[in-house]
Amino acid sequence: MRRALTLMGTSVLRTGQIVGVDSSGDFGGCETVGRALFFRGEPGERSRLEKFPINGSLEITTGSLVAMTTEAGSETEVKETAEESAAQPDQSEKEAEKAQEVANAEGEEKAKEQDKAKEVKEGKGISRYLPGWLKKQKSQGQTSPTKEVPPAEEAVSKETPDEAESAPEVNGHAEEVEEKEAAETVQVKERDAESHSNASADTEPAKEEKEEKSSEKSPEETKETKGEEGAEELKKEKEGEVEAKGEGGEGQTSIFTSPLRLARKTKMKLVVCHVTLLDGTDFTCEVEKRAKGQYLFFKVCEHLNLLEKDYFGLIYKDSHEQKCWLDPTKEIKRQIRSNNWQFAFNVKFYPPEPSLLTEDITRYLLCLQLREDVASGRLPCSFVTHALLGSYTLQAEFGDYEPDQPRPLDYISQLTFAPNQNKEMEEKILELHKSHRGLTPAQADTQFLENAKKLSMYGVDLHHAKDSEAVDIMLGVCANGLLVYKDRLRINRFAWPKILKISYKRNNFYIKIRPGETEQFESTVGFKLQNHRSAKKLWKVCVENHSFFRLNAPEPPTKARFLTLGSKFRYSGRTQAQTRMASSLIDRPAPNFERTSSKRISRSLDGAPVINITEAGRDMAENGRELHSDSKSPMRVHGDNIYVRHSNLMLEDHDKTQDEVLKHQASISQLKRSFMEAPPPSPPQPNQWEKRLTSSPATTLRIQQQQQQVTTEVEIEETVVIQEVSKATKSGFVTVTTSDPTAEQETRAEVEEEAAVVLVKEAKTAKQESVSSESESEEEAEYHPNVPVSISHTQIPEENEDEEEHEKNEVEAVEQDKTGPDAAPHPAEVNQPEAIARLEEECGKVDTEATEDEKVEPEPEGSTDDPKMLPDEATNGVSHKEEAVTSLAEEEEQPKMNGESSVLEAELRPQVICCSEPPVVKTEMVTISDTFAAQKTEIATKEVPIVHTETKTITYEAAQLDGTGDGEPGVLMTAQTITSESLCTTTTTHITKTLKGGLSETRIEKRIVITGDCDIDHDQALAQAIKEAKEQHPDMSVTRVVVHKETELAEEED
Amino acid sequence: MAGLMAGFGHYTHAVVRGIPASLVKEALRTSASEADVDLDKARREHEAYVEVLRTRLGLEVLELPADESMPDCVFVEDAAVVCGDTALITRPGAESRRRETEAMKEALKGLDLNIVEMTEENATLDGGDVLFTGREFFVGLSKRTNQRGAEILADAFKDYAVSTVPVLEGLHLKSFCSMGGPGLIVIGSSEPAQKALKIMQQMSDHRYDKLTVPDDLAANCIYMNLPDKGHVLLHSTADEFPESVKVFEKLKDHMLIPVSNKEKVKVDGALTCCSVLINKKANI
Repeated sequence: MRRALTLMGTSVLRTGQIVGVDSSGDFGGCETVGRALFFRGEPGERSRLEKFPINGSLEITTGSLVAMTTEAGSETEVKETAEESAAQPDQSEKEAEKAQEVANAEGEEKAKEQDKAKEVKEGKGISRYLPGWLKKQKSQGQTSPTKEVPPAEEAVSKETPDEAESAPEVNGHAEEVEEKEAAETVQVKERDAESHSNASADTEPAKEEKEEKSSEKSPEETKETKGEEGAEELKKEKEGEVEAKGEGGEGQTSIFTSPLRLARKTKMKLVVCHVTLLDGTDFTCEVEKRAKGQYLFFKVCEHLNLLEKDYFGLIYKDSHEQKCWLDPTKEIKRQIRSNNWQFAFNVKFYPPEPSLLTEDITRYLLCLQLREDVASGRLPCSFVTHALLGSYTLQAEFGDYEPDQPRPLDYISQLTFAPNQNKEMEEKILELHKSHRGLTPAQADTQFLENAKKLSMYGVDLHHAKDSEAVDIMLGVCANGLLVYKDRLRINRFAWPKILKISYKRNNFYIKIRPGETEQFESTVGFKLQNHRSAKKLWKVCVENHSFFRLNAPEPPTKARFLTLGSKFRYSGRTQAQTRMASSLIDRPAPNFERTSSKRISRSLDGAPVINITEAGRDMAENGRELHSDSKSPMRVHGDNIYVRHSNLMLEDHDKTQDEVLKHQASISQLKRSFMEAPPPSPPQPNQWEKRLTSSPATTLRIQQQQQQVTTEVEIEETVVIQEVSKATKSGFVTVTTSDPTAEQETRAEVEEEAAVVLVKEAKTAKQESVSSESESEEEAEYHPNVPVSISHTQIPEENEDEEEHEKNEVEAVEQDKTGPDAAPHPAEVNQPEAIARLEEECGKVDTEATEDEKVEPEPEGSTDDPKMLPDEATNGVSHKEEAVTSLAEEEEQPKMNGESSVLEAELRPQVICCSEPPVVKTEMVTISDTFAAQKTEIATKEVPIVHTETKTITYEAAQLDGTGDGEPGVLMTAQTITSESLCTTTTTHITKTLKGGLSETRIEKRIVITGDCDIDHDQALAQAIKEAKEQHPDMSVTRVVVHKETELAEEED
Repeated sequence: MAGLMAGFGHYTHAVVRGIPASLVKEALRTSASEADVDLDKARREHEAYVEVLRTRLGLEVLELPADESMPDCVFVEDAAVVCGDTALITRPGAESRRRETEAMKEALKGLDLNIVEMTEENATLDGGDVLFTGREFFVGLSKRTNQRGAEILADAFKDYAVSTVPVLEGLHLKSFCSMGGPGLIVIGSSEPAQKALKIMQQMSDHRYDKLTVPDDLAANCIYMNLPDKGHVLLHSTADEFPESVKVFEKLKDHMLIPVSNKEKVKVDGALTCCSVLINKKANI
């Protein structure tokens, strides 16, 4: 099997996915590599799968997804993971706990007991590989997992039994909360405090118990830590709720708590919201008076059955009749500032490549928006284009042209295609309509979008302004940057990479421009807006668009340096990169939706009954729209579409940074998880996607504050990583880590993202260097039992500079030492069988990696033999495997992907870990050893305590995280990417908080990764990075410098 | 299913115009040079040019008769901008040339194009200042073209971004640049040319490759993408610009057709100036 896997290389991933699809029917003869990967393990797995209520295919997918998730987990996933963990915590944790016997037992012990039986059966099976949420599903389906959850979470969270009913959601929420929490260690701490004080008693005790246990047995500790994490998550959730209560004042949904939950609380005053949808219909729903924007938004998306919701938003009119975007993180009431609860659902970010959207329903909604844009003149286009777009609209809404149709012009003239529509245009539309015969509605939509996206004003948000000479101009914000128009002419353009800073002051709006090749100084360009409000509005739009289209992950509101001034506002949603990744994992059957076309059509219907007839005829005879959509669904089920899209994605991501890719993966994995969680056949529920929103970076601030309060020790560490990856030939990596001198402990839980990035880079580079973060994470181990996964990463490719390697090794060693104790606990957790399975998988992964890198030699067998593999190793191995799998699936061509994926996983895990407290989710379970670890470095040996077992699905993620992040919950504070011609600089700031005993530690790490072509002068880049880092944080010190050079990889990448 | 903005370089028709004898003495010149134009040579050149379009490339060539009262009438490019099935009849910056548009308008009407006329008094635009890349327009703001003219062009071709580029030296924007293929800008190496290229690159959401030729005038060439011939590039001869031609010869995928332009260049006539290219099979 292993060999086969190895050989499979890139294809493996796909296979895996495909397998998932195929396997729906029979798991038995999985010959495909993918299957091998997933199922090799043991019969137990199969049984589990079978047990799943969902189709086999779904389950399988989940498996693959899981891998993905773990990988992706880092950023977005963090949230998801948290969510998952939250959701799963009961089950997964229980299982894990059972396996470990360390019942972290928070309130879940009962459930665990129940589950234990299951676990026993399943534990060895696929479940390990499956994410916790999957397990949850299973457990839920089988047992009543919800019951378990509610006590801990709900009690604290105020959730009512209703929540239990909607267990998945609750879990999801909880997960979200967890994620957030994880991200925001501070919150965790607070949670602890709160939890203790509040209803969290359950959780706290669990922690305590865990701690005790850990003291008893080091190996168990690891598990405990996991449990703690879970507990933490629970606590966090609780806390989150508490916070929400505190913050919101009452029961408002805090970011952490899911909006839905809040809604359920019956106490709140309800308000009726009217939302105008894109088809012109009105959607009415009740929300709590204090509900946040995202609650309503989720409700709308749920109503629309929309998963790819990140491109959309809600608009309200402020007191000045200005249209504003409803901020999902803020209370609706405080935004609208009036009693007019009237909103419009609109496209907020126009995807530059609509074909990359995953679902037809998303494209359909985009079409509706664009039709409106075109008809209103907001999106100007020529006569011919009007006609062409109109003809596609006709095809989509009415199907093929009906020659028999009497007086077709009658109904056409009732539709609005253009602001200056005339007979001539209508005739042209009809003429073109005839040529579209045979196009399905979805195809017609696609054609519509393919043409619309080329329009120069597509996705450009215009704002009136004046230039310095008081000349009227328009500022257009779009995916690529800021456009300046005078009348219809584009007179200037500032691409995002050229913009260093965006600010506003009073009614002035400024952008600071990066100096050009020949210029020495930055320049600032100012524009005058009509008033302060419009300046701020423009600024916000810029921040959001920059974040969405340019960043891998949203920048936390806190310390953003890139777009600062005045407001702390930041984009809180997912970035395009994240949402793409997430949506690429969507594997629900294409939802049925009616293209009842907009108001326009309905009007036409009123006027001309003919239309109705036509429609009916269409539907009956030639696949109606619904039929069409149905027809598509099967394809999706097969997964073909998904994979194809995948490849597209990859292509598209060519110019993207590794980080982005990682993030994508993370988000994808999250999505998958969410989906998995959701009841299988049923239409997707608002899931982790939504939840993600909850886990917005904003929370971090709170967390920090909380942490400080609780905290005894706060460590701040900054890491600057400068990476240079040359597409052409060489790539170099320079990593500079700054640690705050004050912080003694290096609990570095490097933020997941960072780790991910590094990992990715590494992977790309041939998996050369382990990420420094990993070592850091080890330190975290103190808090979190998670063993450092870093070891595996530690493998340093030949290319790495000796010095750097030494440094890394040292660091790692240190970390290992720290982690060592922690690690011990982990091993205990791991079950042998699982370990074996994992090992096998790992081996497989390793093999694949080895083949790719040639560096790694699979020793998995040995590891497999030893159930007691170091946790770190195990985790590493797991992560690798996952990575490999994911990478294979995702990137056929790019070895980097693998690395990235691994990174993501690692990141995710740490986040989960962050929760450190309790119990519930094991997410992290480290699993078996990695061949890598053994091979890679001594560190592995050190760190590695013997780990065994662990059954939980989450493990994968955890493992990586553990390795890299070491169980530290990291919060990604900031991520920004600045691209110039030759360099791409990504700055990630992670804040990790750890709670151990009464101590809380906060570590802030900043990592700067510079990626560029071979031409980069490493020394100079490094010097510059260090200099800048010191300037920005005089009180921090550079602790680590890593330079990676990649040669072969680079070529491959290209 | 050809869609919007498909088929850059596809042409089926060309509109050209004869050379009046008045060109020798009365044609506008930007340069101080008094080099005499040899009318016969100029006419032979032009015939050869038209012959390439008609015979070698198989375009349907619509040849308008020369008008002695319009010495510059051979430079039909300035009189109209055709993109897709829309034709913008310009208002040339040189007063003496305004009437050139009349014949052009009639010709284009005959081709069943949507005619948009630039009638505003304060708007001027020479087609030589309009560079269409296939995805967007760049309009040179020159002695002949002003902001208002560019605005009207933007209004006529709403699908496309229209960016303005200051033309500090030379007559027109296309006096030192042109398209050499989809996404390929041929650019002269003079400082003003390079500066203009930088501006264009900054203003564009799209990425362009550039082909830099030593001589600005050689950077004006005609690109077509024809059904049975693929990429076709009409460029100046090695006789005139040997170094630049060496650069063109690096375009391995192109059918390179050197076209002599020795005489017309004396009155600022470049290759693109002498024809209006049209794709009658509309993209849609």
